[in-house]
Amino acid sequence: MELLEVDVDMGGQKLLRQVSLVIEPGAPTVFIGPNGSGKTTLLRVAMGLIAASSGRVLWGGQSQSPPRRRAIVFQRPVMLRRSVFGNLHYALASAGVPRSVRRRRADELLSLVDLDGVGDRPARRLSGGEQQRLALARALAREPRVLFLDEPTASLDPAATKAIEELVRLVSANGVKVVMATHDLGEARRLAGDIVLLHRGAIIEKGAAETFFNSPATEGAQRFLAGELLL
Amino acid sequence: MPENTSAFHLLLSGDPALFSIVGLSLAVSLSAAVFASVIGMPLGALVALTRFRGREFVIVVMNALMGLPPVIVGLAVYLSLSRSGPLGSWGLLFTPPAMVIAQTILVTPIIAALTRQTIEDLWLEYRDEFSAMHIGAFKRISTLLWDGRFSLVTALLAGFGRAAAEVGSIIIVGGNIEGFTRTMTTAIALETSKGNLSLAIGLGFILIGIVVLVSALAWGMRRAGERFAG
Repeated sequence: MELLEVDVDMGGQKLLRQVSLVIEPGAPTVFIGPNGSGKTTLLRVAMGLIAASSGRVLWGGQSQSPPRRRAIVFQRPVMLRRSVFGNLHYALASAGVPRSVRRRRADELLSLVDLDGVGDRPARRLSGGEQQRLALARALAREPRVLFLDEPTASLDPAATKAIEELVRLVSANGVKVVMATHDLGEARRLAGDIVLLHRGAIIEKGAAETFFNSPATEGAQRFLAGELLL
Repeated sequence: MPENTSAFHLLLSGDPALFSIVGLSLAVSLSAAVFASVIGMPLGALVALTRFRGREFVIVVMNALMGLPPVIVGLAVYLSLSRSGPLGSWGLLFTPPAMVIAQTILVTPIIAALTRQTIEDLWLEYRDEFSAMHIGAFKRISTLLWDGRFSLVTALLAGFGRAAAEVGSIIIVGGNIEGFTRTMTTAIALETSKGNLSLAIGLGFILIGIVVLVSALAWGMRRAGERFAG
């Protein structure tokens, strides 16, 4: 996936400025930056939920034709007002999975995200961490080639965060390209293959995670890693 | 019904005329609420989810029609169903179906307007997930109606309440014929005009009791449903 000089203007504000980026298969690409830096907007543009005001988004070299097999998990995923199984069946049906295999797939997905045994519980009664894992299972129901995650561990406790991170590693190891936004540097260190640092809607540094964390090239990245406030 | 007899005495003695009136009242009002839901809920959801020229005007009209005067609706249905009217050949005037038609017209705007508000609020919550899951327009409407079902029970109850309490339209199109189109409200109007106030008041209490009972049943179903579906 390639973004070429993408601008996003909304309500008189420039949310993204001249963002150019190539996202290639492999280890997770992680967008980092302070609040309001444009991480979520960039994810939404990449997912196709927001149209770019100018610039182009290319998938495999083709504009405006994103693959159907892409999915996103939002920071605060919305559970449908039905059971855990009901949520999964809905996602599987929307992904075109035949009715005859939905139950088996739902069981597999619940097992994958370690939610066995809660299938009949109302989804909205699950804890925050369980809801996030169910949202991940719902996204995986599409068998995505690219999975976008918008701060999936924000407001989760360490145990729930660890569970989500293990799932991200597992999914990534199974060949799904994970593109994720977070403002948690520790999480970015643990998961990222590539880092994109955003500030005020613009990319100020991008590259391999190891290089970024060990020898950041820009002053902005050095200050961000040092824990200074980027204003 | 016997003159100068209390409604409670008639109720306790199992008076067939009283039970016929209560039964017809329930049948007409519940039928109207159900028909109005079948029309009003998809209509409200459609207005909530679509953007078109004049949408604001449609919403204002829909809200205004919640206060539609029953006698005007009764008159319009009467003119339509009378022998010289466009639907006169149906032969429905002064029959329970005519009463259902009039009440359906009265209740539909209430259910449509309340549904629109409910679905619009839910849509704001679900919009991103639907886009992410590539859900089509028809599926969005059916999902939102299903997921909003517990809130929509309130819309249904408001519609039923309006129908059950209404007298203006059904007395015009039904004619208040004893044993055929007489309902609780038309019977109360008649007994009051005859000066039989104790019977009218008793019938009023029975009507209120029925409305409260139906509301309690619907509320209980809503609570039970929420417990199981979240």
